[in-house]
Amino acid sequence: MALLLILLAPLAAAGFALLPLDRRAAPLATLAAALIVLGLALSVAAAATGGRVEAFGGALSCDGLGALVLVLVAFVGSTAALYSWGYIGHRPESAGGTRLYYCLYNLFILSMVAVPIVSNLALVWVAVELTTLISAFLVGFDGTPEALEAAWKYVVLTTLGAVVALLGFLILYWGSQLEGAAPFTWAGLVAAAPHMPPALLWPAFLFILVGFGTKVGLVPMHTWLPDAHSQAPASICALLSGVETTTALYVILRLFPVLGAAPWLDARPWYLGLGLLSVAIAALLLVFVRDFKRLFAYSTVEHMGIILFAAGIGGADAHLGALYQIAAHSIAKSFCFFAAGLAAMAMGTQEIAAVRGLARSAPLPAAALIAGALAIAGAPPFAVFVGEFLILKGGLAAGDYVTIGLFAGFIVLGFCAILFHVNRMVFGGGSERARPAAPLSCRAGLALAAIPLFVIGIYVPPALFALLRAAAGALGS
Amino acid sequence: MGGAIFALDALAGALFLLAALGVVATRQVLASLQLFIVQSLLLAASALLLGGADRSPHLLAVAAITVLTKALLIPWLLRRMVPSEVYRMREVERVLNIPSALLASAVLIVVAYAVADPLAAAAPAPFIRINLPLGIAAMFLGGLTIAVRREAVPQLLGLLGIENGVFFAAVAITPNLPLIAELAAAADVPVIALVVGMLTRAIHARLGTTAVGELSVLREE
Repeated sequence: MALLLILLAPLAAAGFALLPLDRRAAPLATLAAALIVLGLALSVAAAATGGRVEAFGGALSCDGLGALVLVLVAFVGSTAALYSWGYIGHRPESAGGTRLYYCLYNLFILSMVAVPIVSNLALVWVAVELTTLISAFLVGFDGTPEALEAAWKYVVLTTLGAVVALLGFLILYWGSQLEGAAPFTWAGLVAAAPHMPPALLWPAFLFILVGFGTKVGLVPMHTWLPDAHSQAPASICALLSGVETTTALYVILRLFPVLGAAPWLDARPWYLGLGLLSVAIAALLLVFVRDFKRLFAYSTVEHMGIILFAAGIGGADAHLGALYQIAAHSIAKSFCFFAAGLAAMAMGTQEIAAVRGLARSAPLPAAALIAGALAIAGAPPFAVFVGEFLILKGGLAAGDYVTIGLFAGFIVLGFCAILFHVNRMVFGGGSERARPAAPLSCRAGLALAAIPLFVIGIYVPPALFALLRAAAGALGS
Repeated sequence: MGGAIFALDALAGALFLLAALGVVATRQVLASLQLFIVQSLLLAASALLLGGADRSPHLLAVAAITVLTKALLIPWLLRRMVPSEVYRMREVERVLNIPSALLASAVLIVVAYAVADPLAAAAPAPFIRINLPLGIAAMFLGGLTIAVRREAVPQLLGLLGIENGVFFAAVAITPNLPLIAELAAAADVPVIALVVGMLTRAIHARLGTTAVGELSVLREE
């Protein structure tokens, strides 16, 4: 029942947002729906830790891995809803524009929560594709030439990827039906994989990896990502970078146990190779970046690479690290974009070179930027550090020293680049005239996002740890 | 009887690929849209032929959905949303000239056969031998269309051409996909056209052009 309500709450809020009511009705309904989804997601996660949760004869279902993604989407969906209130509200937008924003916002959340809970894989594909189609308008919401260009590249390239992935899914279905009818679900695929001809499973895997890898932003299919993730409103950037990429990555990770069930295939080199390439190229691009929202966008490419790489290493430590990293990245990256949005609001620019001495002119965005940069770059005691440490530990245990050495080197390069740029913005000479302080709801959204940011690096609640363990179990370790 | 259906499907497939080549090579925007409609009708024809051969009501439904969404709904949506002056345009500037684009197409078709061959060998069935390589070839040509054409509408048609290619393969490899999945995927395609069409309209209104291939404000650092 909770699973159905998770889908219905944002749908109801999307419809409600379009009604011509008071200006505050749409943001309030959106926030209420987001909090309901968060509460339900937490209850589903608690149940899914013990075993699979199902509804409607298995049409909707959720296990540990799905529940982890669900909770993250629900959490960032809530903080971003709060942040949107002030961020969208203070702009000179018409009431119609605001209503459209909240309607699309709720539909975007709906499509993302559907990915981990619908069982039929064709519907999973549709949900992933809908995340693109709905958010395209949100990416282009500002209507500037840059935003429209970013939205165009985003929708064309990620849809192209999704259609390639569709062929992969259809081939999987074809293969799973050769030995009698099998349900077209993740569990059904794991059961059918050992009987599937390698000539089908292998290209299906590659089509899905390349297709949804485009949406995840894996190098070399990443070119649209920094554009879209830097031109959208900051509240949407937090969702795009923080959780939308994660939902697509979730689908790719789900293939891991399917391939694991077919012992004559070794997909690990692909996960390791694409992951390492993404980390390497993103670290280099981070050095030369000139726009601070692009900075965090490249960092997303880097983190997607890190998680894919960790999944490829395999073993209990690396898989736990990968899942912990998924949580750490979603939380830290959404916080970073909230901070970047406040900084852009205070300074009226996204150019790194144009922002100096932010600590004096706008202390709150400055403090948030520094905290976010330290958290996402992976400084202790933040969660990203712990995740990367677990992954390195798992990698060293697996004994792949050269790859792990390269991986660690690029992570250090990325760390230095992020802190170098943010340091120049926050400290350094020159004091600009500060604009009025950020709206209260933006600061509240930032504060809410800061709670797990500071907590989970130091203290992992037992319930979260159990969920991560259950999710690692779903990956096959 | 079986042989005749087989031959007709091969004919539909050949014309299907020819239509995809046409979208790569035409200069006129309106002609590209008409070629896409022809291609969609050929996809529906193949679904009908296979449905007749397998006595599968599923594929008949696929054929009906294809005609409704791709031959009627999408062209109607696109004509309504995108200003008519866009359709009268000829693309003078292209990323590749037409002979080079056709040469690239020929290479891609050969590659498509190479990709499809081991797959078709894994589960031999006569229709898969025809539909799978041609579907994959149409996918590649759709990708090429996006790469070489600079106007927004032809790029969208490239995208929808890739989708057509996937479904052309799908009618042979997954004739019994659950109907709910079929419907969801079919509903998705007009939404793609709607979203991209609205974006095209916004770009036209804001920038006065739909030559999206020339947008380059945003670059890698």
